[in-house]
Amino acid sequence: MKRFDVSSVSKELKIKMYMRMQQIRMFETRTIEHAKQKLIRGPLHLYIGEEANAVGACAALEKGDYVTSTHRGHGHCIAMGGDLKKMFAEICGRTTGYCKGKGGSMHIADLDLGIIGANGIVGAGMPIAVGAAIAMDNQSRKNVILCFFGDGASNTGSFHEALNMASIWKLPIVFYCENNHYAISTSSSDSLNIHDISIRALSYGIPGKTIDGNDALEVYLTTREARQRAVNGEGPTLIEAKTYRTIGHWIGDPVRYRTGSEEEEWRAKCPIRRLRDYLLGTKEATEAEIAHIDTEVKAEIDEAERFARESSDPTPDEALSDIYA
Amino acid sequence: MSTGIRMKEITYARALWEAFDEAMSRDERVFLMGEDIGVHGNIFGAMYGLQEKYGGKRVRSSPISEVAIVGAGVGAAALGMKPVVEIMFVDFATIAMDQIVNQAAKLHYMTGGKVKIPLVIRTQGGAGTGEAAQHSQSLEAFYAHVPGLKVVMPSTPHDAKGLLLQAIEDENPVMFIEHKLLYATRGPVQEGYYTISFGKAEVRRKGKDVTIVAYSKMVLDSLDAAEELSQKGIEAEVIDLRTLNPLDTETIITSLRKTGKLLVVHEACKTMGFGAEIMARIAEKGINVPMRRVAGEDTPIPYSRVLEERVIPNKGRIVNAAISYFD
Ligand SMILES: Cc1ncc(C[n+]2csc(CCOP(=O)(O)OP(=O)(O)O)c2C)c(N)n1
Ligand SMILES: [Mg+2]
Repeated sequence: MKRFDVSSVSKELKIKMYMRMQQIRMFETRTIEHAKQKLIRGPLHLYIGEEANAVGACAALEKGDYVTSTHRGHGHCIAMGGDLKKMFAEICGRTTGYCKGKGGSMHIADLDLGIIGANGIVGAGMPIAVGAAIAMDNQSRKNVILCFFGDGASNTGSFHEALNMASIWKLPIVFYCENNHYAISTSSSDSLNIHDISIRALSYGIPGKTIDGNDALEVYLTTREARQRAVNGEGPTLIEAKTYRTIGHWIGDPVRYRTGSEEEEWRAKCPIRRLRDYLLGTKEATEAEIAHIDTEVKAEIDEAERFARESSDPTPDEALSDIYA
Repeated sequence: MSTGIRMKEITYARALWEAFDEAMSRDERVFLMGEDIGVHGNIFGAMYGLQEKYGGKRVRSSPISEVAIVGAGVGAAALGMKPVVEIMFVDFATIAMDQIVNQAAKLHYMTGGKVKIPLVIRTQGGAGTGEAAQHSQSLEAFYAHVPGLKVVMPSTPHDAKGLLLQAIEDENPVMFIEHKLLYATRGPVQEGYYTISFGKAEVRRKGKDVTIVAYSKMVLDSLDAAEELSQKGIEAEVIDLRTLNPLDTETIITSLRKTGKLLVVHEACKTMGFGAEIMARIAEKGINVPMRRVAGEDTPIPYSRVLEERVIPNKGRIVNAAISYFD
């Protein structure tokens, strides 16, 4: 059974999505090495295994759209076209980083790319997305906010207040739930009394849809449709994408809360391999073309890493600036 | 007959674990609630194995719902339970501010003393791990400002256990604020059940030249500083407040009568920090001594190590501030 129609997705876009997913995977994998050598401090919440969500959803955005991100935000930033050098430098606390070393992994954001903020507070991005959508509504812009959040965040008051407010005012938001089945050690089956988070949309009278978050094309098409609805003035949509982080919640997580075989099952559903196999299957790309992309991405990551290594730390007194505008 | 008091060397996290275990095995009304406190045993392992031992009704690992965690604690306490709820970081306790400030702290008063809220809200704060602005704050002054709340900030494993058991015995809501860098610290802890009274500061080091008043992790930094000062011929007396509310001003004043100089040290931002309250109380008692503060800069906590170190007090800054009295 064909669940959606991919014929409207250009070959170029599919290849770009593959490239972006590889950027995320390789970027994240490289930061692990740094964290292990203690070159990076603080928690790193990596996006490994979830790449199709950020990439597929952001690919559906148009110029002038915005996203709100989370504590697991590297993928969102890369999917929006983030500068890998500035990202790596930020994670290493360098003065050349996106936030001059003040934000770190959890707060990388580039407003110029349309990222309103990555957030250390679970759920906090959701009301902010509502406000951004109010700005668009009042300014009569034909744009939307793509609001990322997790299964865990869907249990916060912020989630419910944001969905209600967005629904009564028919605000242009796509609420995108990355349901990776866990919030730190807490399985979503222990923290929700429902199987699909998307049914919460019913309470707010908005469409809710559960999709495969490891399928970049399905993510893209679903988000595109929700975006269209939002710019048409029909209000928000709740998309729930089932996915999985195939690494721990953070580096150093003992991962006592799930089994290795469950992880293996999800590793087998790797979103990157899936799109590659699809591209090869439809002959939209050759092995050589794929290998070329992989090599180029690796070179970019090498460069980003080198940039971060060679950048300098901020001067200590930099800590005293930027407190007020 | 021997006193029967036995001590053993354990970590601060393990001392907390022992307090939970002691309280839960003695009193059926005690139960724990918070995020990731089940299999994970909280993110610092301070509750590891307790859910297995006491079951899911007494160790309730909750969804990410700070308002409901504290609010449910208030409701259960009102009906005679003794909830010990956990907010993973003090930064997130701001989400539950209504339940802490308008509910827990007020119910006893508003009902003319009818309703009691014997609720312990445990959380942890502080910088030093590169977790940046939303995971590193020291917000104790917010809570110390609210009548009806008690505020406890232990610095040693022994105090952590004894003060937590006291907090559970207390009939009022208690904010029990740990520091993330203390969990791995070790020290001698009394075995079995014991409590430490609130409102009794502890003189951690005797000295005649200057009085250093601190709490939580800054007690350790102050003791390190006192060692270095001693090598320079300055003997600092170090007082660990242990509880901010109630506050033991007597112990401070007794020390000041001897040293005549006050240095207050805290990690929280200087402006409106708890140090201001200490100084005001000393001044109001007519104790006329010079007073200085070593406190966090008035900035959010930055991520980069060099920046974070710039804004947080440390041994060197405490030493310099103390020496400045003798220049
Ligand atoms: C308000 C709040 N409570 C708790 C935390 C601690 N915390 C950080 S990430 C996380 C889990 C979030 O789960 P989910 O929303 O599913 O996102 P995921 O990490 O799975 O991507 C928790 C509890 C926090 N940062 N903010
Ligand atoms: Mg999750």
